[in-house]
Amino acid sequence: MKLRSLFYTGAAPLAMSGAALVAALLAAASAQAADHRGGTLHAVAVSSSGTLDPQINYTTQYWQLYQSVYDGLLAFKKTDGTAGTEIVPDLVTTLPVVSDGGKTLTVTLRKGITFANGKELTTADVVASFQRIFKISGPTAGSFYNVLVGADACLKTPDTCTLDGGVVADEATGTITFHLTDADPEFLDKLAIPHAAILPADTPAKDMGNTPIPGTGAYSFTAYDPNKALKLERNPHFKQWSADAQPDGYPDVIDYTFGLTDEAGVTAIENGQADWMYDPPPADRLGELSSKYPKQLHVSPLAAYYYISFNVNMEPFNNEKARLAVNYAIDRNALVKIYGGPQTAAPTCQNLPPNFPGYSAYCPFTKEGSTKYAGANMAKAKELMKESGKAGAEVALLTEDNTMWKNMGGYVQSVLTELGFKVSLKPMSHATEFTYIQNTNNKVQVSLTDWFQDYPAPSDFLNVLFGCSSFHPASDASPNIAGFCDKEVEAKIQNALTVAVTDPVKANTLWADVDKAIVDKAPSAPLFNPKQIDFVSTKVGNYHFQPVFQSMLTQEWVK
Amino acid sequence: MADTAAGLTVSPVVARPALPARGPWATAMAILLQNRAAMSALFVLLCIIAACLAAPLYAHQIAHVDAFQSNVDGEIDIDGTTVAVLEPNTEGLGLGVTPIGPTGRFATYWLGADSQGRDVFARLLYGGRNSLMIAGIATVICLSMGVLVGITAGFFGGLIDTGLSRLLDILWAFPVFLLAISLSVVLIHGVQLGPLSFDSGSLVLPILIISCVYIPYVARPVRAQVLTLKHSDFVLAAIGIGVPSARILWRDILPNVMTTAVVFIPLMMVMNIGLESALSYLSVGVQAPDASWGTIIEDGQGLLYSRPWVALAPGIAIALTVLCLNILGDGVRDAFDPRSQVRPG
Repeated sequence: MKLRSLFYTGAAPLAMSGAALVAALLAAASAQAADHRGGTLHAVAVSSSGTLDPQINYTTQYWQLYQSVYDGLLAFKKTDGTAGTEIVPDLVTTLPVVSDGGKTLTVTLRKGITFANGKELTTADVVASFQRIFKISGPTAGSFYNVLVGADACLKTPDTCTLDGGVVADEATGTITFHLTDADPEFLDKLAIPHAAILPADTPAKDMGNTPIPGTGAYSFTAYDPNKALKLERNPHFKQWSADAQPDGYPDVIDYTFGLTDEAGVTAIENGQADWMYDPPPADRLGELSSKYPKQLHVSPLAAYYYISFNVNMEPFNNEKARLAVNYAIDRNALVKIYGGPQTAAPTCQNLPPNFPGYSAYCPFTKEGSTKYAGANMAKAKELMKESGKAGAEVALLTEDNTMWKNMGGYVQSVLTELGFKVSLKPMSHATEFTYIQNTNNKVQVSLTDWFQDYPAPSDFLNVLFGCSSFHPASDASPNIAGFCDKEVEAKIQNALTVAVTDPVKANTLWADVDKAIVDKAPSAPLFNPKQIDFVSTKVGNYHFQPVFQSMLTQEWVK
Repeated sequence: MADTAAGLTVSPVVARPALPARGPWATAMAILLQNRAAMSALFVLLCIIAACLAAPLYAHQIAHVDAFQSNVDGEIDIDGTTVAVLEPNTEGLGLGVTPIGPTGRFATYWLGADSQGRDVFARLLYGGRNSLMIAGIATVICLSMGVLVGITAGFFGGLIDTGLSRLLDILWAFPVFLLAISLSVVLIHGVQLGPLSFDSGSLVLPILIISCVYIPYVARPVRAQVLTLKHSDFVLAAIGIGVPSARILWRDILPNVMTTAVVFIPLMMVMNIGLESALSYLSVGVQAPDASWGTIIEDGQGLLYSRPWVALAPGIAIALTVLCLNILGDGVRDAFDPRSQVRPG
């Protein structure tokens, strides 16, 4: 409209020269980008993250890599900022056509896409991939994909899973139809995470461990030794079909080395021996990095939070007043300091991160009359503690065993001691702590932990961490660590889930209400929202931070 | 006492000043007191012990700090200026928080703060108290058990010797640190011994673990010495005239073995301090918020780049204590081990 009016007003020559300038600039930018194609990006990490199987691995470290190796039917847009939470078609031509009140979703597969092993992608691969989620008893099979018709039978007898009637393919037209038992407002998100990656139909139905599975992405894993290194190289069969979903990358190779301490990682990047490190720089190097290498640091907000989880079914935190007392007593600013200061994290009293769907600022656990967090309220905490009658109770606090976690644990131990508990601190290795604290057989009273989004939906925090359906006694996979199952809150969660199918905006208001209700019942003590700190070498350019899967390594220039 | 020096004169005998006639213990003490290096080491060691014992005095009366309580938001006064114990970085992007470094003021965070804002010097003194106490008690227990087992096995022989010796062999077959770490990992969550219950924070656990793993180190040489003593003339004579075994053990064997045990004391202290520090550094010894030199090194590990004194100070304390004990140990050996009489000068 605006361009046309320029022509009509006789400004055509000006407009044409402007368009030519834009075209020239774009061409120059494209040429410049082409100049950066090639080279090797050297990444380092303290350790690897286990199996390479995308339908099993549940770690941020490898989900980040899977973005350029595997594709789902849908994907989160590969871009910065809030636009990165937008879902776009990946292996399919358009977003699903939804019918039957949200219970049926139909997509059409793109043509001409091949796996890294040269085989063409077909609808059979799609059906087999969804069956495989159940056959390998994937970690989210029962929580994310149980809404598919036929999922119940697959969960009972995984080996014979067919998802009959749940995932229906038409080879001739290339369409795939999903039939759900109930409308699920987050099903599109679930199709966009690595557990729903489409793999060759002949992929064995077992954890493939260190053996790479061919994907359709721009890169493929060519070597993996979890004790040493991992290597990604260009997928020779890749042709870009959607820059939003699966953009081609710049480096020819990504060499990922394991076993360097975070201190050594920082030094390697400073010396130009590495380009990027997965682990956050250690706290005692932040000041130096911040002062000497500010241009090589990238600080980005994360949809995540650190929190204390109380076991609401065990002494002494089966007492709500004792839990509230801890919430009032904890100085979140102190924990932010331990984490690395106010530029690296922000204190919070609630479960949803800021700028997240459903977020509405709420902080009752601070000084009287303050709406924002303004420090602990120890007087109120001690009053509640007295009312609880739990002073003198013995408490074992579990935390991870690296320096930062232990320092945070030490602080929380001090606060609990000041409230009158007899506290012992039990650090555990990162590899085991998260599953250990979930299992009720381990009788964990209180633990320090964190949660990062799987996908940008409030239920991924509120329902997953505090919903009754997420509490599985005697299981290592019970993300509702607190064992919190409150009828009133559960009703609100279910209502929000139902409303989200038809009215996402209204649902977000309901989720905010759920968040408040959970905060008031205090099954946890939310502490702070962290930020991601990426330290890169001087030769790295074109840094981008995708809000769901973090920095996009393959989009970085190293040449 | 048996004349174990007889027949061992292979080198020129070092001439020693003539000493007035007195008992072997008094003689040894006199020799020890004349050893200037050993006495200097003992003096430094006693100073370290005294300083560590004065930890509560320093923390409460001089520095006015709680060495075990986090003080993340704490502030201190230096020359009229209020300074945060954990200082946020103000340069560049403003990332990071650095604990205050050594202030040079004895009464105010002399060695600076750790990551939780606690006074490092106060924790160093409390940590030394725990390290020395654990090492000291473990030494006493280990020596007592080692001497008991060694004498029993060596003197009674037969099945008792076979059983105890194989038990010691099995225990000694494991690398000491591996065994100690394994025991610590198993027992770290507390242990119930009959009516006695020790929770995870109890110092009794590292004491027991350290005591146990070094028993063979003491028992085996004691057993060997007892086997020699058992066939010495004075013991055979005592057996020949029908002296009861208990009396022989008490009057003839034990006094001869005690000199060996005394020589072991500084050596055992050195090894126990090292083992305790290692276990605590690995988080399986002294538990937070208690301190030991090992836990403080671990606390300082994350601050090596910006505040190296947090880790260096306990490291130096361990090195100095071990050095003193080694020098003292040499002096004790020279004084109490008769073979040192024939050592080349």
